[in-house]
Amino acid sequence: MTAANNDAALIAFNRFGLGARPGDFAKAGDDPRGFLKSELRQPDIALVSYDDSANSNLLTSTACIEAAMAAGYQRKLDRNRLAAAIAAQADTMAATPPPAAAPTQENAPQKPDPSIESQLFRAEAQARLRKATTAEAGFVERFVYFWSNHFCVSIAKNNIVRAAAGAFEREAIRPFVFSRFADMLIAVERHPVMLLYLDNPQSVGPHSRVGRNRGRGLNENLAREILELHTLGVGSGYTQADVTGFARILTGWTLAGREGRLGEPGSFVFNANAHEPGDETFLGKVYPAGGMGQAEAVLNDLARHPSTARHIAVKLARHFIADDPPPAAVAKLTSVFLDRDGDLRALALTLIDMPESWSTPMTKMRAPFEYVAAIRRATGADPNQDPRQSIGWLHVLGAPLWQPPGPNGFSDLVSDEASPEGLNARLEIARQAARRLTDIGDPDDLAAAILGPTAFEETKQAIARAESKQQALALLFMAPEFQRR
Amino acid sequence: MKRSCAGPLLSRRATLLAGGALFAWAHMPRFAYAAAGRDPRLIVIILRGALDGLATVGPIGDPDYAALHGKLALSLSGPHPALPLDSFFALNPAMPNFARLYGAKQAAVVHAAATGYRDRSHFDGQDVLESGYPGPGHVATGWLNRALASLPAGERIARQNGLAVGFTTPLVIRGAAPILGWAPASSQEPDDDLGSRVLDLYRHRDPALAQALEEGMTAEKMATDDGVNGAMMKPKANFGGARGMALAARGAARLIAQDDGPRVAALEFDGWDTHVAEGGATGRLATLLAGLDDAFVEFEQGLGAHWKDTAIVAVTEFGRTVHINGTIGTDHGTGTVVLLAGGAIKGGRVIADWPGLKPSQLYEARDLNPTVDVRSVLKGLLADHLGLSSATLADQIFPDSSGVKPLRDLLV
Repeated sequence: MTAANNDAALIAFNRFGLGARPGDFAKAGDDPRGFLKSELRQPDIALVSYDDSANSNLLTSTACIEAAMAAGYQRKLDRNRLAAAIAAQADTMAATPPPAAAPTQENAPQKPDPSIESQLFRAEAQARLRKATTAEAGFVERFVYFWSNHFCVSIAKNNIVRAAAGAFEREAIRPFVFSRFADMLIAVERHPVMLLYLDNPQSVGPHSRVGRNRGRGLNENLAREILELHTLGVGSGYTQADVTGFARILTGWTLAGREGRLGEPGSFVFNANAHEPGDETFLGKVYPAGGMGQAEAVLNDLARHPSTARHIAVKLARHFIADDPPPAAVAKLTSVFLDRDGDLRALALTLIDMPESWSTPMTKMRAPFEYVAAIRRATGADPNQDPRQSIGWLHVLGAPLWQPPGPNGFSDLVSDEASPEGLNARLEIARQAARRLTDIGDPDDLAAAILGPTAFEETKQAIARAESKQQALALLFMAPEFQRR
Repeated sequence: MKRSCAGPLLSRRATLLAGGALFAWAHMPRFAYAAAGRDPRLIVIILRGALDGLATVGPIGDPDYAALHGKLALSLSGPHPALPLDSFFALNPAMPNFARLYGAKQAAVVHAAATGYRDRSHFDGQDVLESGYPGPGHVATGWLNRALASLPAGERIARQNGLAVGFTTPLVIRGAAPILGWAPASSQEPDDDLGSRVLDLYRHRDPALAQALEEGMTAEKMATDDGVNGAMMKPKANFGGARGMALAARGAARLIAQDDGPRVAALEFDGWDTHVAEGGATGRLATLLAGLDDAFVEFEQGLGAHWKDTAIVAVTEFGRTVHINGTIGTDHGTGTVVLLAGGAIKGGRVIADWPGLKPSQLYEARDLNPTVDVRSVLKGLLADHLGLSSATLADQIFPDSSGVKPLRDLLV
C-alpha cells in the first residue's frame, strides 16, 4: 500500500524527475508527458560542459588518472625517503630521539590540503549536484543515474578510480544516454576507469607475448561482469567456457601507465602484446583473430542479444515503475529495445508514453541521491554550494557517491530503501536540512509548491501543526509524498 | 552573521587575554548600572510549541480552574502536590529549583501574558514573538539583536558578541549585530518529537514506512541508552528535549560567565506543543518543565558571581486552551506565563491582573484572556537591565508599540 496519489505532475517530478523546486509545479501541470519530453529535446542536455565556467576545475579522465598516478608515485617516493632518513638517523644518533616540539594551539599541525584525488572527486560531486539542482524536471539526470548505476564503478577500488569516477560518468555515460545501447556499452568497456575497476589491465592472454615472457594469465572479472551485469544477465544461458573465452577476447584492453610506454599516461590503449592470439568461440560463434576488433564484435553482438534487451527492460521498468514491474511494461520496453536497435532515446520516450508509468501506484522510494537532490531543489539550494554535506548525507544513507557495494551497483528495491536504519537516516537528514535553513517562508506554502494539490490531508495537517518552521520543513521532507515515487 | 562554534571564540579570547584586557578595563562605561558596578547578562529562552501556562503555574485559587483544566490541573493535594507560590498560584512540582529561586526572591512569574498576536499559528506566533513586530511577516531581524545593535558602540555589552545556542540562530537574535553560535555536541541526538510526528503520519498514510521507522527509532534509542560507559546507563527521559535543555544551558553559562564572554544570549527549547497526553504534575509537560528547571540551575551554578547581574526570561508564542481536549492534551490558545529568573530579578512575585476563568472571562470562550503584553515585560527588562530608552524600545526594538508601556520594577 501507500500513496494512492495519482497526480500526474507529481508523478512527472518524483517518479521521473528529481522533485519540484518552488514554482516548478505548474510547469508540468497541463501536459506532464510533454514537460518530460521537452527535456529530451534539448541538445547536449545530459552533458557536463567544460565551456561552463563553473566546471573549470574538472579534468578529462586521462588527466585525472595521470594526476592520480603521479601523486601516488610521489607519495611512494616520500615514504621511501622518510624510511631511509629514519634508518640513517637511527644509525648516527644511537637510540635517543630528538625531543618533539610539544604541540600548542599556535603551532598545532595544519590539516594538510586534501589530496589531488579528493579534490577531483569533490569537484565532480559538485558538478553532479549542480546538474541535479538546476535541471528542469530532472528526468535526463535520472536516466544518467540509471545508466551510471548499471555501469557502475567504485571509488573504493583505488585512488585512481576516486579521482576519475566522475570523469568516467561524464565521458562514458552522459554522451550516450540517448544513443544506441551498443555505443554506450563500448564506450564504457573501453574506458580506463572501468578497465581498472574490473581488473582488466592485469588480465593477460596466456599465449600472448607478455603472457609467455612473464608467465601471467587471465583475469575473468571484466568478462564475467559484462555478461552477468552489463548485458545478458545472470542465468541467461552462457557458460563458464563463454566467460573464459570472452576474457581471452578482452585481453589487451588496458590503459597506458605512468611512464607512458604504451601511450599518453591514463589513456585507453590496446596492448597487442598482451592480447591472446587466435580465433575464439563465444556463445557458439567463432570470432576470428583481429586485435581489439575481436572484442568490439562481441560487444556489438551482446548489445543486440534478446537476453540483453529483456535484462535492460526489466531494470528500467523496475527503476522507474515498481519493484515488480507490470509485465506489459517490460514486454513493451523489450520490443522497443529490439526493434529500435537499442535506441536509448526511444526507450526513454516509451517510458514516458506507457500508461503503466502513470497508473502504477507510487510504491517505490526515492533513491538516496534523488532524496538529497530533491531536498536541495525544494529548498532552493545554491547550485554551487559546497558539496560536502550532500556527500556526507549520501554516506549516512548508505549510498556514498560512486561507491556502490559491488559491481552490481546500488540496490534498486524499495525493501532496501525503506529499512529501519534507512528511515532513521532520512529522519536525521530531514532534521539537518531543516535546521540549516534560516530564511524559511510559510512551510504550508512550500509544501503545496513541492507536493502539489493532491498532497494528503494528514500530511498538510502534520506540517501545519508542527511546532516550529524547522519541524514543519523536516516533516515535509519525511512526508510519504516526498519519499515515495 | 553567525560564526562557527568554539574555535573563533577561543582564538578571539586568546587575543584579548594577550593584548586587550587592559583596554577593556580602561574603557569608561557610560551607563548607570555600570557605574553601580553591574555588568548585566540577559538570557532569552524561546519555548517553541506554545507552553501551557495553566499547567505550569496553576491558578489554584480560581474556583473554575480544577474543573476546566481537568486531569492537567495542578493541586496542592494528591500524590504530586504543586508548589505554592502565594495564596492563589502554585508551581508545577517538576520545577523545585524555580520554586527555590522564587523563595529566594530570584524568580518571578508574569501570568495571563501574550504578545499582540491573536491567531493560533505556531510559525506566525513565533515570528511575532521573536521579531518584535506587531504582526507576522517580519523575519529578517529579531528584537534582541536590534537591542544589541542599538547600544552605543564601544559599550561593554555591545562590544561582546551575542550568543546563539543551537544549530540554527533563533530569529530573536538574528540581525546586524554579530552573533556567536554554539551547540552542545549532544544536540546532534534527536531532541524533539519529529520522529513521533512522522511516525504518526506514516501510521495514517504509509504503514510500511511506519513499521520500518518504528523499528529504526527503537534501535536508535537502545543504542543511545546502552551507551559506552556507565554514566550513560542511567535511564533517559522519554522526551529527549529535557536533558538537552540542561546541556545547552550549561554550555551557554560557561561562555557567558567569561569576563569577555557574550552578555546577551538566546536559546530555543522545542517540544511544548502538547496536544496529546500532556500530563499535568507528571508526564510529558512535567518532563519538559523539569528540563527547563534544570536549565535554570545550570545558569545559576555556571554563572557564579555573575548570577547576581543576570536576568533570564523564558517566553513562548502563545498559551493553550483552558479546556482539555479529547486526547488529554490542550490545543492552541492565547494567554500564558512568562518566567523570569536570575539574581537581578526582583523575584518572589507572581505578577498578574487575573482575568478569571468564567466562560465570559475567557478569550473567545476558550483561552486564558491576556491582560499583560509580553512586549511590556521584555521592554521593562531591556530598559532597566540594558538601559535602552523608551523611545528606542517603541520604534526600533518593538516597532509601533508606543501603546505598550514597559513593565518597570522587574529588577532589583
